[in-house]
Amino acid sequence: MAEHDNKGKEKVFSRRDFLKTSGVAAGGIVGGAMFGGVVGSLYQSDEGTQTAETETDTEGASSEGEVLDDARTYFSRGEDFETLSAATEKIYPEDDNGPGAIELGVPYFIDRQCSHFWGRNSREYMMGPFDYTAAETHGIQSKMTRAETLLFGVRRMLEISREEHDDDFANLDEDTQINILESFESGDVDITGVRSEDFFALLRNMTIQGVYADPVYGGNRDYGGWRMIEFPGPRMGWGNDIESEDFQVIDPEGLRTYQGGGM
Amino acid sequence: MAEELDKVDVVVVGTGWAGGIVSAELAKAGKNVVALEKGEEKIRSDYIGVKDELRFDNRYDIMQNLKGDTVTSRNEIDETAMPIRSPQTMQIGIDTGGASVHWAGATYRYWPYEFEMRTQTIDRYGEEKIPDEMNLQDWGITYEEMEPYYEMWEDTAGIGGEQDPLAPERNKPWPNPPMKETPSLKLFKDAASNLGLHPYQLAAGNMTENYENPDGEQLNACMYCSYCTRHGCDFDAKSDPIATVVKTAKRHDNFELRHKANARRVLYDEDENRATGVLYVDENSGEEFEQPADVVVLAAFAFSNNRLLMLSDIGEQYDPETEEGTLGRNFNGQYNHAFHGATGFFENEKFNLYMGAGALGATLSDYAADNFDHSDLDFIGGGAIELRQYGFAAISSSNNVPEGTPGWGKEYKDTSLHYAYRTLTIWYTANAMSYSHNYVDLDPNYSDQYGDPLLRVTYKFGDNERNIAQFGIERCTEIMEEMGADIVEPGSVPDEFNHSYTGGHYTGGVVMGDDPETSVVNSYLQMWDVDNLFVVGGSAFPQHGGHHPTPTIGALAYRAAEGIQMYMDEVEGQLVQANSRRRSV
Ligand SMILES: Cc1cc2nc3c(=O)[nH]c(=O)nc-3n(C[C@H](O)[C@H](O)[C@H](O)COP(=O)(O)OP(=O)(O)OC[C@H]3O[C@@H](n4cnc5c(N)ncnc54)[C@H](O)[C@@H]3O)c2cc1C
Ligand code: SF4
Repeated sequence: MAEHDNKGKEKVFSRRDFLKTSGVAAGGIVGGAMFGGVVGSLYQSDEGTQTAETETDTEGASSEGEVLDDARTYFSRGEDFETLSAATEKIYPEDDNGPGAIELGVPYFIDRQCSHFWGRNSREYMMGPFDYTAAETHGIQSKMTRAETLLFGVRRMLEISREEHDDDFANLDEDTQINILESFESGDVDITGVRSEDFFALLRNMTIQGVYADPVYGGNRDYGGWRMIEFPGPRMGWGNDIESEDFQVIDPEGLRTYQGGGM
Repeated sequence: MAEELDKVDVVVVGTGWAGGIVSAELAKAGKNVVALEKGEEKIRSDYIGVKDELRFDNRYDIMQNLKGDTVTSRNEIDETAMPIRSPQTMQIGIDTGGASVHWAGATYRYWPYEFEMRTQTIDRYGEEKIPDEMNLQDWGITYEEMEPYYEMWEDTAGIGGEQDPLAPERNKPWPNPPMKETPSLKLFKDAASNLGLHPYQLAAGNMTENYENPDGEQLNACMYCSYCTRHGCDFDAKSDPIATVVKTAKRHDNFELRHKANARRVLYDEDENRATGVLYVDENSGEEFEQPADVVVLAAFAFSNNRLLMLSDIGEQYDPETEEGTLGRNFNGQYNHAFHGATGFFENEKFNLYMGAGALGATLSDYAADNFDHSDLDFIGGGAIELRQYGFAAISSSNNVPEGTPGWGKEYKDTSLHYAYRTLTIWYTANAMSYSHNYVDLDPNYSDQYGDPLLRVTYKFGDNERNIAQFGIERCTEIMEEMGADIVEPGSVPDEFNHSYTGGHYTGGVVMGDDPETSVVNSYLQMWDVDNLFVVGGSAFPQHGGHHPTPTIGALAYRAAEGIQMYMDEVEGQLVQANSRRRSV
C-alpha cells in the first residue's frame, strides 16, 4: 500500500529530542525510572521484599497509636454510626482468618465515602423524572444520593430494632441483627425513596470495599484486609514472577509506599 | 452568540483511536487540523503512581462524568426509556485518548466471513438461515481490502502476538512477540489441545518488548503490573493514543488539540448539502465557538457520533415502524449475551492471579465466525473462547465464591478467602446481530445539561443472541472440565438485555455498506448524503463481530484518513463512486 510506505517518511521531529524528554533509557525501564528518584530507590531491590515496611505502619497515628483521623464527618448522630458499625461487622465479621470490619476501620471508610463524590452522587446523572422502582431493570434510579440512602437505611434499621426488639441495633444479639439485615436484603422493608435491597447492596459493597481498598481511604487498616486475602498491593510490575508455578505470598504495600512515601 | 473562529482544513471531534489516527494522518499530510476533545487534558504523569483499584475499578475515575449527559435505555418500542444514571452501568471514555486509554488491549482482526456475513451465510446455508427481523448486512468492504489497514494499526499500536493457527496467514508477523505464558494460561491451552482445539496466545496491546512504531513513537515493555484495564498505563507500555497517534499529531504545528471542547452540533448547509464546521462549548468558560472547516470528522464514539448527527438534523432518522431511514438503524453491540462461559474452582491450585496485564490471555478460534458448521445450529456467527489474566486486585478477588455461598457474613468471608486465587473463568466473545427493532434516536423525556435531548437506545436480544450464548457456555464448560476444576459452574443465558453498558463494545447506527438504502456511510466512512462529513468508529459496524472491536475501529480510521486525503486532494464528491465499487440498487 502506497499510504503505508508514506507513513514512515513523515518524521518531522527529532528522535533524540523525544528520548531526552521521555525519561526512558534506551535499554528500557529499570525499576523506578519513570518515577525519578524517590520511588526508584524504594524499588531498586527485589520488588517482593519489604524495603519500606518499617515506616508505613505508624503513619496517621499519634504517639500512643491512636488513629487521629478516626472521627465522623458525615454521620452526625452517634446512634446512626453505631448501627452502621454493627451492621458492617455482621457483613464482614472477625474470625479465625483475622479482623472484622470494625477493626479494619470500615465504618470510618464509609463515613468518608459519604462525603466523597461517590456518596454525593456528583458523577451521576441526577435529572428527573425519577422512578426509583425502575432500579429493578435500570440500575440506580433513586433521587437520593448514596450518602442519603445509607443514612436513611441505617436509621430505618435502628427504628425497626427499637420498635420490634426494644433496643438499639448495636445491642441486639447476633442472630437478630442478621435477621434484620436479611429482611433488608430481600427487599421486605419500606424505606422512602429507595428499595431496601438497593440500600443493602450498597451497604454490603461499601463494607467489602472498605475491607479491601487501599488503606489511604481509611479502611483495610494496617493492611489487615490485604493480609487475609494475600494481596500485595500495587507494585511496578510482576514480570519476574508471573510465570512462577508457586503462589507468591508477599507482604503488602500500599499507594503511599508506591508513590514514594509522601512529601 | 457563538464566536466564529478561523477556518481550518479539518475539524475532528474526539481523540480516541478513531480521532487520534485521523488527526495524526492528516497532520502528517500537512493539513490544518483542529481536534476537539470533550474531556480534560491527560498526559502520562496523570497515570503514574495511581494504581488504585477503588478509584478506577469501583469509582470509575477514568470514565465520563454522567452529571451532564448519559444515554437512556429500553427494550421495547412502547416502553419509556430510563436514563442510565451511574457509571456502575454506563462506562464511556473521556479525556485525551478516550476509552482507547483504559482499554485492555485484547486484539483480534475480524474474519473474512464477518465482512461478508450476509452473502456468505446465504451461499453456505441459504437465505432461510437469516431470521426475518435480522438486518444482516455485508460491510461493503472485504477482509482482503481491510488487511493493509489492519497492518497499519497493528504497527502503530505495536501489537504482540503469534499466528492464530485457524486464521488467514498473516502477510507479515505481528510487530512484537507474544506475551508470557502463565500457569493458568498453560492449563487452558493444554486442556483445549487435549480436546482437539487450537489454542494460541492472545494478541496484545501491552508491549512485549521495547518498541518504536512507524511514526517514531517509543513504547516500553509491559511490566505486568495488573492495573491495566480501566486504568491508564504508568509506563507507556500499553498502546494508547497518548503514547502514539495523539503524540504524533502534536508534533506538527498544523495540528491543534482543544480540551474541554464539547461538540454540540455539526454546522450544516442544507442547500449545499455540506458540513461547514462544528459548534462547541468550552466547558471551562461556558463560551460557545463555531469552528469552520472544509471537512468535518466525527470520531466521538458510537453514542456521540449518532447523537451529533441527530441533533444536527443530518441524515434520515430510522423508524422501526416503517423501517425507513438509515440513521440510528442497526445499532448493536456486545451486551450481556456475550462473555458468558464457565467458571472453575480449583482446590489444589492457587494461581498468582493478582499479577497480570490487560490483554494477557489465551484464546482459540475453533468456534469463531463460520469456522464450524452451523447447518444444525440455531444461530449464525461465533466468537473466541478466552482465558484472561488481567491481574485482579483485592476487591475484585473477593467475589470469587461458588454458587450458593452467601454474599456476606462468616461463611462468605471464609469461602471468599479460600477461593480468591483458585478461580478461573473462561468466556465466549460472541457476535452480536442487528435487528429491525433495535435502533437509537433522541429521547423525548430526558435532556442534557444544555437542554438537548439524550440519545435513546432501544435494544432487545434476538434468538441468535440467546442461542449463541448457550452454545458458548456449553463449549466453555467442556474446556473447564478438561482443565480439571473441582467445581465447574456453567454460566447462564440472560433472558434479556439488562441496560448495562460496561464493556465499551457498543456499535452501529451510522453503519457502512455499499447501499445508501441500508447504510449511512460508504466504505471510507464518508456520508452518502454529505461528501465532506466522515463518521469514524464502531458506529460504522453493521453488526458486531465475534471479537473485541478496537482493531477494526483502528483499521477503519486509517482507511477513512486515506479517504479524506483523496477527497481533499484528488476526488470530488463520493469516493466510492469514483472507485466504482459495486452499488446495489
Ligand atoms: C473497560 C474496557 C476495556 C476494553 N478493552 C478492550 C479490549 O481489550 N479490546 C478491544 O478491542 N476493545 C476494548 N474496549 C473497547 C475500546 O475501548 C473502544 O472500542 C475504543 O476505545 C473506541 O475508540 P474510539 O476512538 O472510537 O472512541 P474513544 O476512545 O472512546 O474516543 C472517543 C472520544 O470522543 C470524545 N467525545 C465524545 N463526545 C464528544 C463531544 N460531543 N465533543 C467532543 N468530544 C467528544 C470522548 O471524550 C472520547 O475522548 C474496552 C472498553 C472498555 C470500557
Ligand atoms: S499491565 Fe503492562 S500495559 Fe498494562 S498498565 Fe501495567 S505495564 Fe502498562
